[in-house]
Amino acid sequence: MATAPRYWRENPSRYNMYGIKCNSCGKCFFPPRVICPVCHRKSVGKIETIKLKGEGRIFSLSEVHEGLEELSLQRPYVLAMVELDEGPKVTGQVIDCDPCDMKIGTKVRVTMRKLSEEGPSGVIHYGYKFIPVPEKSP
Amino acid sequence: MTMRRVAIIGVGDTEFGELWDASFREIGIKAGLAAVASANITADKIDAVYVGNMSAGRFIEQEHIGALIADYSGLARDHIPATRIEAAGASGGLALRQGFMAVASGLHDIVVVGGAEKMTDVSDVESAMIQSSAADQEWETVLGATFPGLHALIAHRHMHEHGTTRDQLADVAVKNHKNGSLNPKAQFQREIKRETVLGSPMVASPLRVFDCAPSSDGAAAVVLCPLDHAKNYTEMPIEILGSGQASDTLALHHRKDICTMEATKVAAARAFKMAGLSQKDVDIAEVHDNFTISEILAIEDLGFFKKGEGGKATEEGRTSLGGEIAVNTSGGLKARGDPIGATGLAQAVEIVTQLRGGAGKRQVKDASVGLTHNVGGTGATVVVHLLRRV
Repeated sequence: MATAPRYWRENPSRYNMYGIKCNSCGKCFFPPRVICPVCHRKSVGKIETIKLKGEGRIFSLSEVHEGLEELSLQRPYVLAMVELDEGPKVTGQVIDCDPCDMKIGTKVRVTMRKLSEEGPSGVIHYGYKFIPVPEKSP
Repeated sequence: MTMRRVAIIGVGDTEFGELWDASFREIGIKAGLAAVASANITADKIDAVYVGNMSAGRFIEQEHIGALIADYSGLARDHIPATRIEAAGASGGLALRQGFMAVASGLHDIVVVGGAEKMTDVSDVESAMIQSSAADQEWETVLGATFPGLHALIAHRHMHEHGTTRDQLADVAVKNHKNGSLNPKAQFQREIKRETVLGSPMVASPLRVFDCAPSSDGAAAVVLCPLDHAKNYTEMPIEILGSGQASDTLALHHRKDICTMEATKVAAARAFKMAGLSQKDVDIAEVHDNFTISEILAIEDLGFFKKGEGGKATEEGRTSLGGEIAVNTSGGLKARGDPIGATGLAQAVEIVTQLRGGAGKRQVKDASVGLTHNVGGTGATVVVHLLRRV
């Protein structure tokens, strides 16, 4: 079982979608990195923390039926890779949806939810999941 | 700098499966001793040992695997260097590369490289958690991504972009089970049908139980020496002509294209360049089919088939025994089994066995060049080796 600080130190990004922008090449990354993988040392001193909007579209998805013990009560659940509007891709659950309606290209946005808990009296971990965003018919 | 040419002079392995009566150290030693015996060497000749192992710390709560294996191999009094190598699923292939480099550099003459994993001493749920640690714990697993789930994301996208079909994924498992039925050391020695795969329980859509390699116990080992000395030990040395290694982002979502394992392409290019060979020279390949979709990516990214045509090639039998390139003649990870740290070495053992003409009913006629392809995580480490009959 992981200790609370291990989760706590990642909370700024898990709660608020803080990523970074490299002001050398202009690319955005999530989660934050110290060095831009495109610009390498040229990015030193040019990394800016930004808050991502948390909106994007499903890039790929799966309905997960077996696996992690912590999520056993939620199975089956939709796991997706989401391409955020700012460019980075992230992985997370899609909730409050009919799994049959979720497709590659479905518009989603982040929402903060409980991720897991350390037993009945332990620390509860929160972070982002995704919910579908209705789109106006063309 | 000139490198010495390196040969494999002995191989050994255990049966793969749920080996309830055998401990980690027992299987490790069994494979090592078999390799040493087949190389016809004595213990005092061994200069160093490398051991590929992903997670003994979590599977059997034992770290310090290098010293453990050297000790129980009876080598503690010789104080030889013993090193454990870890790169998740690629631990075995990477250990082989470290041994290759040690001999090629001139630092050591006789090196034993082993790989071992004991996965069944923990529950299936615990085993799944440990395997998921090959992915990014903080930004994939914590957010709900299982290891099969990540490969399901690859599969779904590959089907979307390239039209790979659910049947074609099943055909990978059908082929590898057929090959496994001809391998007396395989974990699964029974043939299956497409319907077996399509009717098995869902793990992470579109992947079902029969799309996934099993949890296994097992070990495999090889003995290396300079090619110039090889004939002193064996009539049939197998040369390691090329060795390539590459890394990529730990998390799948940071890749440029999740339908391509860039590290496979780069590691293969490096191995082919070192060997002075090209894809058309390869007769047999052991590729990392931890999931059916993984074999399709592998045969595309290794350059045997164009991107998007791996599923079709499998369906048409082009990778079956008797096809233009026989892939996973051992049964692969799917049917031979996948004791993680042992897998990269088991691939080498199968290629050596084939190149020496000793593969029995699954023998590929006149095979002279073979390739091994070993992957860690969802493609963050890839190791490729090219082997040739001398």
